[in-house]
Amino acid sequence: MERSLLVAGFGGQGVMLIGKNIGYTASKKDLNATFFPAYGAEMRGGTANCSVVVSDSKICSPVKQELDEIIVMNDLSYEKFAGRVKKGGALYINSSLIEAKYEGDDITTYYVPVADIARKVGNPLVANMVMLGAYVANHEDIDVESMKETIKENLHGKENLIDVNIKAFEEGINLMKGGTQ
Amino acid sequence: MNDKLFVKGSEAIAEAAVRAGCRFFAGYPITPQNELPEYMSWRLPEVGGTYVQGESEMASMNMIFGAASTGTRCMTSSSGPGLSLKAESLSCALGSKLPHVMAIMMRGGPGHGIIFPAQQDYEFAVHGPCHGGVKQFILAPSTAQEAVDLTYSSFDIADKYRTGVLILGDGFLANTIENVTFPPMKKLEDLPQHKDWKITEYDPNHHKLITSYFPPEIMEQENIKMGQMYEYWEEHETQYQNYLMDDCEILICAYGSTGRICEEVVDELRNEGLKVGLFRPITLHPFPKKVFEEIDYNRVKLIVSVEMAIPGQLVEDIKNYVARRTRVEHFGRSGGVLINPGEIKEAIHKMVEE
Amino acid sequence: MEIVYKKSSNFIEAGHSFCPGCSHGIAHNIMMDTIDEMGLAEKAILVYPVGCAANAMTYVKPNVVHAPHGRAPAVATGIKRCAPDKFVVLYQGDGDLAAIGMAETIHMANRGEHVTTIYINNTIYGMTGGQMAPTTMMGQITTTTREGRGLHGEGQPIKMCEMISTLGEPKFVARYALDNAKHVIEARKGIKKAFQMQVEDKGYAFIELLSMCPSNWHLSPKDSVKYMEEEVIKTFPLGVYKEEV
Repeated sequence: MERSLLVAGFGGQGVMLIGKNIGYTASKKDLNATFFPAYGAEMRGGTANCSVVVSDSKICSPVKQELDEIIVMNDLSYEKFAGRVKKGGALYINSSLIEAKYEGDDITTYYVPVADIARKVGNPLVANMVMLGAYVANHEDIDVESMKETIKENLHGKENLIDVNIKAFEEGINLMKGGTQ
Repeated sequence: MNDKLFVKGSEAIAEAAVRAGCRFFAGYPITPQNELPEYMSWRLPEVGGTYVQGESEMASMNMIFGAASTGTRCMTSSSGPGLSLKAESLSCALGSKLPHVMAIMMRGGPGHGIIFPAQQDYEFAVHGPCHGGVKQFILAPSTAQEAVDLTYSSFDIADKYRTGVLILGDGFLANTIENVTFPPMKKLEDLPQHKDWKITEYDPNHHKLITSYFPPEIMEQENIKMGQMYEYWEEHETQYQNYLMDDCEILICAYGSTGRICEEVVDELRNEGLKVGLFRPITLHPFPKKVFEEIDYNRVKLIVSVEMAIPGQLVEDIKNYVARRTRVEHFGRSGGVLINPGEIKEAIHKMVEE
Repeated sequence: MEIVYKKSSNFIEAGHSFCPGCSHGIAHNIMMDTIDEMGLAEKAILVYPVGCAANAMTYVKPNVVHAPHGRAPAVATGIKRCAPDKFVVLYQGDGDLAAIGMAETIHMANRGEHVTTIYINNTIYGMTGGQMAPTTMMGQITTTTREGRGLHGEGQPIKMCEMISTLGEPKFVARYALDNAKHVIEARKGIKKAFQMQVEDKGYAFIELLSMCPSNWHLSPKDSVKYMEEEVIKTFPLGVYKEEV
């Protein structure tokens, strides 16, 4: 098993954290994982992205031309990366910010209104955790409780933000389980 | 501290160095390797070591010069521009036979370069950067785990040959976070004590002088010994990865991060019916040149040097070693533009069609 | 018969390599005598620079590290931090310390490393043949200021004691001259004080010694003394610039 993911958005949306949490939680489960952050060079307009590869065997390249899954958090990322999902792969779209609709049926698309949900939860900054929840809901091999532990570890020193982050994460899971597509 | 961690390449190198017995670090902030000195700044005091933030790259290198002369395992780190600045003192440290380790993360171009992953300093590191004809031992790890293992052994190499070891990496190696298992913490009392030369050992009848300045006859002898040492290294100390080389018709040459990426390219091209293999030099100096004498040039029709460098640098060395016995090509990305397996595959397909 | 003076036991029996009238010999005598007197030979590590100042490194008995040009302060930092029980002395000339090694000098002083700097200021680059140094006097003729310093944007002589005494960490900063017996005795006292400070771990000391370079001043040793008394000391006033012991 090897699965590649790219998470892209603009600075401040917490795209790095989505990727890092997925990589770290996989590594806790004795899977191999690589997380590579990219800012700049291939990017424009203050955007950032990261590549995550999770595998039960050796990982050669931490970056890929085509990816199994891509999460896009803003328009620019959608334009740049949507076409790089492999056939049969999945594209997660922040539908609160991205109006475009993916044309074609070669991949699965998920439209997740992460910013709207984050606002409902009470903090627009946790939109990334909603997206993380939506992603985790679709992957049985990522343990939900383990991911919650990861989220808590990241908030060391900001314990007052744990509840809202966990809530956002859970809302993301619920949304997917409820079958929003 | 856990032996197994999900950790950034730069931090992995730092922890491996500490476990190898490194007890002094000096460095100057420069991207893309700042996590390495940052890690050392809190980690070294925990084990009774010392971290000093130098006022410049030169000062940091010279602090290493001083620390090494006391027989302490020591290290500095920087990026390509930092290697330029350290080069003067590096030559002096090598000429004075002071063991030390340096990690350099390359940048994407000349001058300021750019901080993103690139391998633009192969030529500079391997064929330079020191005045006086002195060279260092150069290791090019491809993954965080290999960086840990090589860093751990680099201090032994430095001690054994009284030389400098350069860990040459890039933004990929420095910034990728991945699973790493660390070796055990070495006991300082088990390490070489260097009583015959370190300046903290006093003997009124044996004045200890750490210098790289000698009268002509001695200087010549020193240079001869230096050359003999490099020849010995080439015989005994080269390391490389042979991945499906033995029956390959197309040979990819790639080192460091590009090497690991090309391993994937080999698998995929084999699935597509091309007999491809990978030669990944791990020691860039001494370079495993012998490999090119053992290749069956009737079988290997194409050699492709894949690098994050434009114009190609490793490819020039490969051309020398191959000496027109087969076709040698270069494929690269540069300037910090990421190289990926898909485009390498496409490039090789295109070369085959030509 | 009473021995009133003998050569320091810290010299290996060999001829020295300084020019007639040069002050490096006097500076070395003081340094080695004081190391003898204080029983520091075993603990001492001398950090030598590039230039005439390094000429003695092969015939002194304490262990020596020969630093790259200007970098002695960084080298000494590495040594002292790894071997805090050792006695570390930097011996540097004015070109080494105040030109190519200015950054290292200031920053080591600012960190207050527990070492001692002996700074030989003879207002000129000696070994390379008499070029302008950062300390060269206004109007002084050198091979690179043929009409005298100051006419073509060379700036004015840099005064190290004055600069270093503005920093927080240095504990003892003083300038002496090696032109006559009285001054040499004062210099000897200053060096002893600085050494004692390091032995007691009391912080950084910077000792400047105004020195003569008859060969590159193109003066006889006797006229060099006169030039020192009448000109050099006026530009570089003697005295203690900072003392917090």
